[in-house]
Amino acid sequence: MIVVEVMPKPELLDPAGKAVTGALARLGHTTFTGVRIGKRFELTVDGPVTDAVLDEVRGLAEDLLANTVIEDVVAIYAAGAEDDFDEFSGVTAGETH
Amino acid sequence: MAARIGVVTFPGSLDDRDALRAVRIAGAEPVSLWHADTDLQGVDAVVLPGGFSYGDYLRCGAIAAQARIMREVISAAHAGMPVLGICNGFQVLVESHLLPGGLIRNDHGSFVCRDQRLRVENASTAWTNGFAAGEEFVAPLKNGEGGYIASEETIRELEGEGRVVFRYVDVNPNGSMNDIAGITNARGNVVGLMPHPEHAVEPGFGPDLPSAMRSGVDGLRLFTSAIAALLSV
Repeated sequence: MIVVEVMPKPELLDPAGKAVTGALARLGHTTFTGVRIGKRFELTVDGPVTDAVLDEVRGLAEDLLANTVIEDVVAIYAAGAEDDFDEFSGVTAGETH
Repeated sequence: MAARIGVVTFPGSLDDRDALRAVRIAGAEPVSLWHADTDLQGVDAVVLPGGFSYGDYLRCGAIAAQARIMREVISAAHAGMPVLGICNGFQVLVESHLLPGGLIRNDHGSFVCRDQRLRVENASTAWTNGFAAGEEFVAPLKNGEGGYIASEETIRELEGEGRVVFRYVDVNPNGSMNDIAGITNARGNVVGLMPHPEHAVEPGFGPDLPSAMRSGVDGLRLFTSAIAALLSV
Protein backbone atom coordinates (compact mmCIF):
# COMPACT_ATOMS: atom_id res chain seq x y z
CA MET A 1 0.00 0.00 0.00
CA ILE A 2 1.15 3.51 -0.74
CA VAL A 3 0.07 6.38 1.46
CA VAL A 4 -0.21 9.92 0.14
CA GLU A 5 -0.82 12.76 2.57
CA VAL A 6 -2.11 16.10 1.41
CA MET A 7 -2.60 19.27 3.44
CA PRO A 8 -4.07 22.67 2.59
CA LYS A 9 -1.28 25.18 2.05
CA PRO A 10 -0.25 26.63 5.40
CA GLU A 11 -0.77 30.22 4.31
CA LEU A 12 -4.38 29.56 3.32
CA LEU A 13 -7.31 29.66 5.67
CA ASP A 14 -8.60 26.17 6.47
CA PRO A 15 -12.23 26.83 7.45
CA ALA A 16 -12.88 23.17 8.36
CA GLY A 17 -9.89 23.13 10.69
CA LYS A 18 -10.96 26.46 12.12
CA ALA A 19 -14.42 25.03 12.90
CA VAL A 20 -12.85 22.10 14.78
CA THR A 21 -10.54 24.48 16.65
CA GLY A 22 -13.65 26.38 17.77
CA ALA A 23 -15.37 23.15 18.87
CA LEU A 24 -12.33 22.12 20.94
CA ALA A 25 -12.33 25.48 22.67
CA ARG A 26 -16.04 25.17 23.43
CA LEU A 27 -15.39 21.74 24.98
CA GLY A 28 -12.80 23.26 27.26
CA HIS A 29 -9.73 21.87 25.48
CA THR A 30 -7.85 25.12 25.66
CA THR A 31 -4.47 23.41 25.18
CA PHE A 32 -4.95 23.36 21.40
CA THR A 33 -4.48 26.60 19.58
CA GLY A 34 -5.13 25.28 16.10
CA VAL A 35 -6.29 22.35 13.97
CA ARG A 36 -5.66 21.86 10.28
CA ILE A 37 -7.41 19.15 8.30
CA GLY A 38 -5.84 17.34 5.38
CA LYS A 39 -6.36 14.14 3.43
CA ARG A 40 -4.77 10.71 3.48
CA PHE A 41 -4.99 8.51 0.39
CA GLU A 42 -4.24 4.77 0.57
CA LEU A 43 -3.44 3.25 -2.81
CA THR A 44 -3.32 -0.52 -2.99
CA VAL A 45 -1.53 -2.59 -5.60
CA ASP A 46 -1.19 -6.28 -6.39
CA GLY A 47 2.40 -7.20 -5.67
CA PRO A 48 5.28 -5.21 -4.26
CA VAL A 49 5.55 -1.44 -4.15
CA THR A 50 8.38 -0.91 -6.58
CA ASP A 51 10.24 2.31 -7.29
CA ALA A 52 8.33 2.51 -10.57
CA VAL A 53 5.03 2.36 -8.68
CA LEU A 54 6.21 5.02 -6.26
CA ASP A 55 7.26 7.22 -9.17
CA GLU A 56 3.83 6.79 -10.71
CA VAL A 57 2.21 7.77 -7.40
CA ARG A 58 4.44 10.84 -7.11
CA GLY A 59 3.18 12.00 -10.49
CA LEU A 60 -0.43 11.23 -9.63
CA ALA A 61 -0.14 13.00 -6.30
CA GLU A 62 0.81 16.28 -7.95
CA ASP A 63 -1.52 15.92 -10.93
CA LEU A 64 -4.70 14.55 -9.46
CA LEU A 65 -4.71 13.71 -5.76
CA ALA A 66 -3.66 17.23 -4.80
CA ASN A 67 -4.27 20.58 -6.44
CA THR A 68 -0.93 22.23 -5.85
CA VAL A 69 -2.48 25.67 -6.24
CA ILE A 70 -4.24 25.20 -2.90
CA GLU A 71 -2.65 22.09 -1.36
CA ASP A 72 0.75 20.54 -0.66
CA VAL A 73 1.67 16.88 -0.93
CA VAL A 74 3.39 16.46 2.43
CA ALA A 75 4.29 12.75 2.32
CA ILE A 76 4.35 9.73 0.04
CA TYR A 77 5.42 6.40 1.50
CA ALA A 78 4.93 2.68 1.24
CA ALA A 79 3.18 1.12 4.21
CA GLY A 80 2.57 -2.59 4.64
CA ALA A 81 -0.65 -4.18 5.73
CA GLU A 82 -0.10 -6.13 8.97
CA ASP A 83 0.55 -9.48 7.19
CA ASP A 84 3.33 -8.25 4.99
CA PHE A 85 4.54 -5.51 7.23
CA ASP A 86 8.02 -7.05 7.38
CA GLU A 87 8.41 -6.70 3.69
CA PHE A 88 8.15 -2.96 3.92
CA SER A 89 9.18 -2.54 7.57
CA GLY A 90 6.80 0.39 7.62
CA VAL A 91 9.66 2.44 6.35
CA THR A 92 8.99 5.63 4.58
CA ALA A 93 10.22 5.07 1.10
CA GLY A 94 10.11 8.34 -0.64
CA GLU A 95 9.04 11.25 1.49
CA THR A 96 8.58 14.28 -0.64
CA HIS A 97 8.89 17.92 0.27
CA MET B 1 -28.26 29.98 -38.72
CA ALA B 2 -28.50 30.24 -34.95
CA ALA B 3 -25.36 29.73 -32.92
CA ARG B 4 -25.19 26.33 -31.25
CA ILE B 5 -24.14 26.40 -27.61
CA GLY B 6 -23.45 23.14 -25.79
CA VAL B 7 -24.00 22.49 -22.09
CA VAL B 8 -22.08 19.59 -20.54
CA THR B 9 -23.85 17.33 -18.06
CA PHE B 10 -21.58 15.57 -15.58
CA PRO B 11 -22.87 13.09 -12.99
CA GLY B 12 -24.06 15.48 -10.29
CA SER B 13 -24.60 18.55 -12.48
CA LEU B 14 -27.69 20.43 -11.30
CA ASP B 15 -28.03 23.57 -13.38
CA ASP B 16 -27.51 22.08 -16.82
CA ARG B 17 -31.21 22.40 -17.69
CA ASP B 18 -31.27 26.02 -16.55
CA ALA B 19 -28.20 26.74 -18.67
CA LEU B 20 -29.80 25.10 -21.72
CA ARG B 21 -32.91 27.20 -21.12
CA ALA B 22 -30.83 30.38 -20.82
CA VAL B 23 -29.14 29.55 -24.13
CA ARG B 24 -32.54 29.11 -25.80
CA ILE B 25 -33.97 32.34 -24.34
CA ALA B 26 -30.85 34.19 -25.52
CA GLY B 27 -31.60 33.05 -29.07
CA ALA B 28 -29.11 30.26 -29.63
CA GLU B 29 -29.72 26.58 -30.17
CA PRO B 30 -29.02 24.64 -26.95
CA VAL B 31 -27.15 21.34 -27.35
CA SER B 32 -26.90 18.79 -24.53
CA LEU B 33 -23.43 17.31 -24.19
CA TRP B 34 -22.60 14.30 -22.02
CA HIS B 35 -19.43 13.96 -19.94
CA ALA B 36 -18.45 10.71 -21.67
CA ASP B 37 -18.92 12.11 -25.19
CA THR B 38 -15.87 12.07 -27.42
CA ASP B 39 -16.84 15.09 -29.54
CA LEU B 40 -18.52 18.45 -29.10
CA GLN B 41 -21.16 17.81 -31.78
CA GLY B 42 -20.02 20.85 -33.71
CA VAL B 43 -21.12 23.41 -31.13
CA ASP B 44 -19.81 26.98 -31.33
CA ALA B 45 -19.48 27.52 -27.57
CA VAL B 46 -19.63 25.47 -24.38
CA VAL B 47 -21.11 26.08 -20.93
CA LEU B 48 -19.95 24.03 -17.94
CA PRO B 49 -22.90 24.26 -15.55
CA GLY B 50 -23.29 24.45 -11.79
CA GLY B 51 -23.95 21.59 -9.43
CA PHE B 52 -21.92 19.07 -7.49
CA SER B 53 -20.22 16.92 -10.10
CA TYR B 54 -19.10 13.62 -8.61
CA GLY B 55 -20.44 14.75 -5.25
CA ASP B 56 -17.55 17.23 -4.93
CA TYR B 57 -15.39 14.20 -4.07
CA LEU B 58 -11.62 14.72 -4.02
CA ARG B 59 -12.04 18.47 -4.68
CA CYS B 60 -14.88 20.40 -6.30
CA GLY B 61 -14.58 19.91 -10.07
CA ALA B 62 -11.46 17.75 -9.84
CA ILE B 63 -12.94 14.53 -11.19
CA ALA B 64 -15.10 16.28 -13.79
CA ALA B 65 -11.92 17.95 -15.06
CA GLN B 66 -10.72 14.45 -16.01
CA ALA B 67 -13.94 13.56 -17.89
CA ARG B 68 -13.52 12.41 -21.48
CA ILE B 69 -15.31 15.40 -22.99
CA MET B 70 -12.99 17.80 -21.15
CA ARG B 71 -10.17 16.82 -23.51
CA GLU B 72 -12.27 18.26 -26.34
CA VAL B 73 -13.35 21.30 -24.31
CA ILE B 74 -9.74 22.08 -23.36
CA SER B 75 -8.45 21.84 -26.91
CA ALA B 76 -11.40 23.89 -28.25
CA ALA B 77 -10.78 26.51 -25.56
CA HIS B 78 -7.12 26.73 -26.57
CA ALA B 79 -8.31 27.24 -30.15
CA GLY B 80 -10.47 30.18 -29.06
CA MET B 81 -13.94 28.71 -28.58
CA PRO B 82 -16.01 30.63 -26.00
CA VAL B 83 -16.25 28.56 -22.80
CA LEU B 84 -18.21 29.64 -19.72
CA GLY B 85 -17.91 27.89 -16.36
CA ILE B 86 -20.60 28.69 -13.81
CA CYS B 87 -20.05 27.81 -10.13
CA ASN B 88 -19.07 24.11 -10.27
CA GLY B 89 -18.19 24.79 -13.91
CA PHE B 90 -15.75 27.50 -12.72
CA GLN B 91 -14.25 24.92 -10.36
CA VAL B 92 -13.89 22.53 -13.30
CA LEU B 93 -12.11 25.26 -15.29
CA VAL B 94 -9.53 25.89 -12.55
CA GLU B 95 -9.03 22.15 -12.03
CA SER B 96 -8.50 21.86 -15.81
CA HIS B 97 -5.94 24.69 -15.63
CA LEU B 98 -7.88 26.66 -18.24
CA LEU B 99 -8.09 29.38 -15.58
CA PRO B 100 -5.57 30.08 -12.80
CA GLY B 101 -6.08 29.91 -9.05
CA GLY B 102 -8.40 27.77 -6.98
CA LEU B 103 -11.69 27.79 -5.12
CA ILE B 104 -11.80 26.83 -1.47
CA ARG B 105 -14.42 26.55 1.26
CA ASN B 106 -16.10 29.85 2.11
CA ASP B 107 -14.13 31.63 4.82
CA HIS B 108 -17.15 31.73 7.17
CA GLY B 109 -17.62 27.96 6.77
CA SER B 110 -21.25 28.11 5.66
CA PHE B 111 -23.07 27.57 2.41
CA VAL B 112 -24.27 30.90 1.08
CA CYS B 113 -27.37 31.53 -1.03
CA ARG B 114 -28.24 35.11 -1.92
CA ASP B 115 -29.01 37.54 -4.69
CA GLN B 116 -25.56 39.04 -5.24
CA ARG B 117 -24.65 42.39 -6.77
CA LEU B 118 -21.70 42.19 -9.17
CA ARG B 119 -19.65 44.71 -11.09
CA VAL B 120 -18.53 43.90 -14.63
CA GLU B 121 -14.84 44.84 -14.60
CA ASN B 122 -14.00 43.59 -18.07
CA ALA B 123 -16.61 44.09 -20.79
CA SER B 124 -14.51 42.81 -23.66
CA THR B 125 -14.60 39.04 -23.08
CA ALA B 126 -16.62 36.66 -25.24
CA TRP B 127 -19.17 36.46 -22.41
CA THR B 128 -19.38 40.13 -21.32
CA ASN B 129 -19.23 42.23 -24.49
CA GLY B 130 -22.92 43.13 -24.03
CA PHE B 131 -22.18 44.99 -20.79
CA ALA B 132 -20.53 48.35 -20.23
CA ALA B 133 -17.35 48.27 -18.14
CA GLY B 134 -18.26 49.16 -14.56
CA GLU B 135 -21.90 48.20 -15.01
CA GLU B 136 -23.50 46.41 -12.06
CA PHE B 137 -26.11 43.67 -12.02
CA VAL B 138 -27.59 41.09 -9.68
CA ALA B 139 -27.36 37.31 -10.02
CA PRO B 140 -28.15 34.46 -7.63
CA LEU B 141 -25.14 33.05 -5.81
CA LYS B 142 -25.17 29.68 -4.07
CA ASN B 143 -22.00 27.93 -3.02
CA GLY B 144 -20.12 26.35 -0.17
CA GLU B 145 -16.69 26.44 -1.76
CA GLY B 146 -16.56 29.69 -3.66
CA GLY B 147 -13.61 31.43 -2.07
CA TYR B 148 -11.31 32.42 -4.92
CA ILE B 149 -7.63 32.20 -4.07
CA ALA B 150 -4.41 32.46 -6.04
CA SER B 151 -0.78 33.27 -5.44
CA GLU B 152 0.14 36.95 -5.05
CA GLU B 153 1.84 36.76 -8.43
CA THR B 154 -1.29 35.39 -10.13
CA ILE B 155 -3.52 38.00 -8.47
CA ARG B 156 -1.14 40.73 -9.62
CA GLU B 157 -1.21 39.31 -13.15
CA LEU B 158 -5.02 39.04 -13.22
CA GLU B 159 -5.48 42.58 -11.90
CA GLY B 160 -2.73 44.02 -14.11
CA GLU B 161 -4.10 42.45 -17.29
CA GLY B 162 -7.74 43.29 -16.58
CA ARG B 163 -8.61 39.62 -16.28
CA VAL B 164 -10.87 40.05 -13.27
CA VAL B 165 -14.21 39.98 -15.10
CA PHE B 166 -16.67 40.20 -12.20
CA ARG B 167 -16.23 41.58 -8.70
CA TYR B 168 -18.57 41.25 -5.72
CA VAL B 169 -20.18 44.56 -4.71
CA ASP B 170 -21.46 45.48 -1.20
CA VAL B 171 -20.75 42.04 0.28
CA ASN B 172 -17.92 39.58 -0.25
CA PRO B 173 -19.98 36.43 0.28
CA ASN B 174 -17.22 33.81 0.50
CA GLY B 175 -13.89 35.41 1.34
CA SER B 176 -12.65 35.59 -2.26
CA MET B 177 -9.36 37.47 -2.65
CA ASN B 178 -9.85 41.01 -4.00
CA ASP B 179 -13.64 40.37 -4.04
CA ILE B 180 -13.11 38.34 -7.22
CA ALA B 181 -16.32 36.72 -8.51
CA GLY B 182 -15.11 35.75 -11.97
CA ILE B 183 -12.00 35.77 -14.16
CA THR B 184 -10.96 35.15 -17.75
CA ASN B 185 -7.96 33.75 -19.60
CA ALA B 186 -5.55 35.99 -21.49
CA ARG B 187 -7.49 35.60 -24.73
CA GLY B 188 -10.86 36.44 -23.16
CA ASN B 189 -12.73 33.42 -24.54
CA VAL B 190 -12.77 31.38 -21.31
CA VAL B 191 -14.68 32.90 -18.38
CA GLY B 192 -15.49 31.38 -15.01
CA LEU B 193 -17.65 32.85 -12.27
CA MET B 194 -19.27 31.65 -9.05
CA PRO B 195 -22.64 33.50 -9.37
CA HIS B 196 -25.35 32.05 -11.62
CA PRO B 197 -26.27 34.20 -14.64
CA GLU B 198 -28.43 31.35 -16.00
CA HIS B 199 -30.81 31.90 -13.06
CA ALA B 200 -31.31 35.54 -14.08
CA VAL B 201 -32.76 35.30 -17.58
CA GLU B 202 -36.55 35.44 -17.32
CA PRO B 203 -38.93 37.81 -15.48
CA GLY B 204 -40.65 36.06 -12.58
CA PHE B 205 -37.79 33.61 -12.05
CA GLY B 206 -34.77 35.85 -11.53
CA PRO B 207 -33.19 37.49 -8.49
CA ASP B 208 -35.02 40.15 -6.50
CA LEU B 209 -34.35 43.72 -7.57
CA PRO B 210 -35.31 46.86 -5.63
CA SER B 211 -37.93 47.57 -8.32
CA ALA B 212 -39.67 44.19 -8.20
CA MET B 213 -39.28 40.69 -6.82
CA ARG B 214 -37.69 38.04 -9.04
CA SER B 215 -37.34 40.48 -11.91
CA GLY B 216 -33.57 40.29 -12.53
CA VAL B 217 -32.76 39.21 -16.08
CA ASP B 218 -29.30 40.69 -16.62
CA GLY B 219 -27.65 37.26 -16.57
CA LEU B 220 -29.05 36.76 -20.03
CA ARG B 221 -26.49 39.18 -21.39
CA LEU B 222 -23.64 36.72 -20.82
CA PHE B 223 -25.32 34.39 -23.28
CA THR B 224 -26.26 37.11 -25.80
CA SER B 225 -22.67 38.36 -25.52
CA ALA B 226 -21.38 34.94 -26.58
CA ILE B 227 -23.76 34.90 -29.55
CA ALA B 228 -22.51 38.35 -30.56
CA ALA B 229 -18.90 37.21 -30.16
CA LEU B 230 -19.56 34.23 -32.43
CA LEU B 231 -21.19 36.40 -35.09
CA SER B 232 -18.27 38.83 -35.08
CA VAL B 233 -15.69 36.14 -35.79
